Amino acid sequence: MSAKVVAGGRFQFPTKKVAWSIVGWLVVFIFFFPVLWMWLESLKTEPQAASSPPTILFLPTLEEFQTVLSGDFPPFFINSAIACIGSTILVLVLGLPAAYALAIRPVKRTQDVLFFFISTRFLPFAASLVPLYLLARDLQLLDNIFALGLIYTTINLPLGVWLLRSFLLEIPPELFEAARVDGASFATELRRIVVPLIAPGIAATSLICLIFSWNEFFYAVNFTSSTAATTPIFLVGFISGRGLFYAKLAAAATLASLPVLLAGWIAQKQLIRGLTMGAVK
Amino acid sequence: MSGRKLGSSNRRLAIPILGLFIAVAGAACSGGAGGGGGSSSSTITLAAVDNPSMADLKKLVGDFQSSHSGIQVNIVTLPEDQLRQQVTQDVAANSGRYDLFTIGTYEVPLWAKKGWIENLSPYIAKDSSYAPDDLIPGIRGALTYNSNLYAVPFYGESSMLMYRKDMLSAAGVTMPDHPTWDQVAAAAQKVNSSTVNGICLRGLPGWGEQLAPLDTVVNTFGGRWFDPQWNAQLNSPQWKQAVTFYVNLLKSAGEPGAGNAGFTECLNAYNSGKVAMWYDATVAASFFTGDAAKNSGYAFAPTKVKDWSGWLWAWSLGMPSSSKKKDAAWTFADWATSKDYAKLVGTKLGWARVSPGTRTSTYSIPEYQQAAGAFAQVTLDSISHADVTHPTVDPVPYIGVQYVDIDEFQQLGDQVSQEFAKVIAGGQTVDQALAKAQTLAAAVGKNYQH
Repeated sequence: MSAKVVAGGRFQFPTKKVAWSIVGWLVVFIFFFPVLWMWLESLKTEPQAASSPPTILFLPTLEEFQTVLSGDFPPFFINSAIACIGSTILVLVLGLPAAYALAIRPVKRTQDVLFFFISTRFLPFAASLVPLYLLARDLQLLDNIFALGLIYTTINLPLGVWLLRSFLLEIPPELFEAARVDGASFATELRRIVVPLIAPGIAATSLICLIFSWNEFFYAVNFTSSTAATTPIFLVGFISGRGLFYAKLAAAATLASLPVLLAGWIAQKQLIRGLTMGAVK
Repeated sequence: MSGRKLGSSNRRLAIPILGLFIAVAGAACSGGAGGGGGSSSSTITLAAVDNPSMADLKKLVGDFQSSHSGIQVNIVTLPEDQLRQQVTQDVAANSGRYDLFTIGTYEVPLWAKKGWIENLSPYIAKDSSYAPDDLIPGIRGALTYNSNLYAVPFYGESSMLMYRKDMLSAAGVTMPDHPTWDQVAAAAQKVNSSTVNGICLRGLPGWGEQLAPLDTVVNTFGGRWFDPQWNAQLNSPQWKQAVTFYVNLLKSAGEPGAGNAGFTECLNAYNSGKVAMWYDATVAASFFTGDAAKNSGYAFAPTKVKDWSGWLWAWSLGMPSSSKKKDAAWTFADWATSKDYAKLVGTKLGWARVSPGTRTSTYSIPEYQQAAGAFAQVTLDSISHADVTHPTVDPVPYIGVQYVDIDEFQQLGDQVSQEFAKVIAGGQTVDQALAKAQTLAAAVGKNYQH
């Protein structure tokens, strides 16, 4: 932030800019504070983590991370990875052609189809629990990670289709016309035009689906028990009726949030482009 | 381009997509065959609450598996509310996700009556070394329905008063072994200062939180939830006296922010020397550290009219009737609640970590006596004298010391405790809270007035 030279050679301090920056950082800090607090708690001992007023100055320790990692974390992590990555891939594989059909080659009653897609999200999760649970029980699909992945796919697919469609609408129709004049097939259009042009959008959609699936607890706790239990189930296992558990829970939550943070960090460039696509025409 | 038919290239793309979907769905179905309830017939799943005793069981499950090569054990830990919900769902839908679960004294008679859990007496009878008579009588009684044991205790507790001897001594207070609530209140006022609060009592709403200690106060003050005809009794003078006493004690000498204090918060306040006394579960003493561990004294649950006012709770292993591996499940439950298991915990993890409150014989092991020290005898005597069938001064139609053993109590207890939390926060008077509580309890009582 540099001071501006105005007429007469005097420097004018950019007060407005500084004020907005402070407001911006303040908002960021408010949003980020719970995460920061979780990290700090994970580096404390249990008595320090549970102390009131909170312990601010302390000697960091990785003791609770060791406790968490000495447990059975890997199977939960692997289950989460299977369900999340599998469902995200499935959302893209099914959602991209659907979005293409709705955006580039609109079928009859496109608006109705779009409404139908999103209407599946109107139903509260709890309302769908009993029928889905009974279905899963009868099909012997309880405690099955692939079944959980399929449920996540059905949850995220409408969102994926809507998001991908909005990105596809940004592609100038002339590009498709030019490709078709050159004899490009549907597959070529998808591969050579759609995917490269909306790559940031695909990255954003993938990450959103991944985050939703990774953090999902309601279906995970109801449809799994031991074999297919996911990371959120591992986390709540630390909530103890007797004894202190805040530091352990914070350490486990820190570990559980790392993959999503990492994915977000890797894809941040694409993500920002994806999320702002269509914002400026 | 509406109405355009898929070209050959489109079909080429559609086929792999469809194939992938079918493959995933197929994998799901084939995985389900193995995944539903375990990958082999000898894998059993135990759903459990997380507490230190359960954490120790997880560490020692390898010992069981090495001596029982045909049985693999998966232990899933969940918070208490989630566990109740999942287990209820599992038994009600007969889905067989779990072969064993930890179940509280509240659920055992209710679920036994509904046929949701197996009668374990026939299994126990097959094992001559199990010694069911060695189970602490109060606990055994709480897990019995129609003269049969429907769950076996893994961990048991009553309630007691824990106090800092050094702090009370500095204030010139001597705490008797069997104090009255009036003595405790006087001691709390005397020791209360700007740096140390007199006593920590739970204020956090919830039938298993604030209402647990408060119910024991009500019982010993002569109150009861219902009379033998299921008429609600929360508008009685005894309830008013007990709740007023509890709230006033919290306000005058209790911990700050009492409305949010549960077991964990009180434990931390006591361990850090911010409170001089704490009335809570007998197991709490096992978690004391530093000065709290060195300078604590233990007294029986304080009384008013009724003697032996401590609560009774046990986390026990129950077997859902929907389990498809009952024999394997019992083999594990037998091992985890046996006399030998207590010895295994003692020798491998330390005697202080042996699950308290289950077997009388545990309290005669010299190493355990030494490790559990001052609170071992108070725990054993408190549990032995807690009687779930006669919890109050006047007769009642229900069982349960700090709860009423009916289906509706979880909701009723939560709602009533929320009313008391408002009183603690200064949002309403005791009379207003009790009037609302009486209405809620009367509605529930009507369900049982035939």
